[in-house]
Amino acid sequence: MSEGSFEPRIIGFLCRWCSYPGADLAGTSRIKYPPNMIPIRVMCSGRVDPAFVIKALADGADGVLIAGCHPPSDCHYQSGNIKAMRRYPLLLKTLEQFGVEKERVRLEWISASESGKFAQVVKEMRETIKQLGPLKWGKGAGE
Amino acid sequence: MSDKPKVAFYWCASCGGCEETVVDLNEDVLKVVGAVDIVLWPVALDFKRKDIEAMADGEIAVSFINGAVRLSEQEDWVKLLRQKSGLVVAFGSCAHLGGIPGLGNVTTRELIFQRKYIAVPTVDNPAQVFPTVAVTADGHELELPSFYDTVKTLDQTIPVDYYLPGCPPPSDLVWNAVAAILEGKLPEKGSVLAPNKALCDTCSRNQTKPEKLAIKEFQRVATGTPDPEECFLARGYICLGPATRSGCGERCISANMPCRGCFGPPDGVVDQGAKMLSAIASIIDSSDAQEIEGIVNTIADPLGTFYRFALPSSLLGRTRIGG
Repeated sequence: MSEGSFEPRIIGFLCRWCSYPGADLAGTSRIKYPPNMIPIRVMCSGRVDPAFVIKALADGADGVLIAGCHPPSDCHYQSGNIKAMRRYPLLLKTLEQFGVEKERVRLEWISASESGKFAQVVKEMRETIKQLGPLKWGKGAGE
Repeated sequence: MSDKPKVAFYWCASCGGCEETVVDLNEDVLKVVGAVDIVLWPVALDFKRKDIEAMADGEIAVSFINGAVRLSEQEDWVKLLRQKSGLVVAFGSCAHLGGIPGLGNVTTRELIFQRKYIAVPTVDNPAQVFPTVAVTADGHELELPSFYDTVKTLDQTIPVDYYLPGCPPPSDLVWNAVAAILEGKLPEKGSVLAPNKALCDTCSRNQTKPEKLAIKEFQRVATGTPDPEECFLARGYICLGPATRSGCGERCISANMPCRGCFGPPDGVVDQGAKMLSAIASIIDSSDAQEIEGIVNTIADPLGTFYRFALPSSLLGRTRIGG
């Protein structure tokens, strides 16, 4: 696959209360954004086990977006987003040791009304990961 | 040969500690020897590959194999033992999860050879000679096993029936396993022959764990001394107890050393390191992104700490080659 035709596969873990409705609003508002992101609705960004992100990357994703409610107090469960916020830097640090660039995994706070921000984040991730190239875990990583 | 069940012991990429644990059965080892015929045990007895090759398929009742798989020779041997054995037990952390040799998966064959045969200060190798799989010397063809880039667990190489965890497995679990095999009272295939609780559940220090763990700075045993009775995590000493199976007898804990994770995760956990990462992140005492980053930076080597024994068996398996 030549660099020009490479389209990143991005998995998006979107929280059920803010970011998923935000993505939904982008659709109903007819905001155009690249179709690279496959959304997975989760109850809360705090539900996103680091193993979900690692499994996505191991199984062929080129990038992962975790999106939840704005801190400190938008979370439907009060502090789920804070849990995501604590896991994220440690996950990035560990992934960098594995050789996964930190730009491939992004944590964003997107409210139910921020459809424009959602579209912008997906656009930016696509551009950044296009520059980085495919991750090809499994095929490119080992023997 | 008698009609006693035949048992084989074999070792791959390992330190020999697992062999030691068999010897540590003490008098019980005589009961084992009384009940079975040992047909292969390279560390102690002189049997050859051709002896095993001459056996019928499935003739060996059980093979206990320790060590990870790093060389082509190890792969050949374990495939032969699989064919000749009714049961294969992955014995110890390295066969079970990859173990300490599995940390070789943070580098590559080329970098290991560069280090070992060129860069090490005690090596003088001006001709840059590296081991090769075939060499001719004085008209003789010599062969060496090939060395893989990636260390594999036993069950990434051959099907495995049971797992005995630990570095090394404690003698009581080994004896229980041997007794279960002799009596035919084995659990479901694929089982880990150890309790299925997290270590924290059985830890003697559990009572001292505060209601809420809250850490501003992580500590290392290299630079500090943990309290001999208090929960390690209470002061930020990273202990893998929350993500590690119990049954080890808490030898490390008793020696005032936090759990390193050698038993691997309890059932149902796919990635011990990711689970531990999640547990550690959740005790960070801050809700400010920048401060959290500062606290995370007090953890020196997350990959080596959380995946110390389980890198080859993890979801990612190794670090990225190329890119």
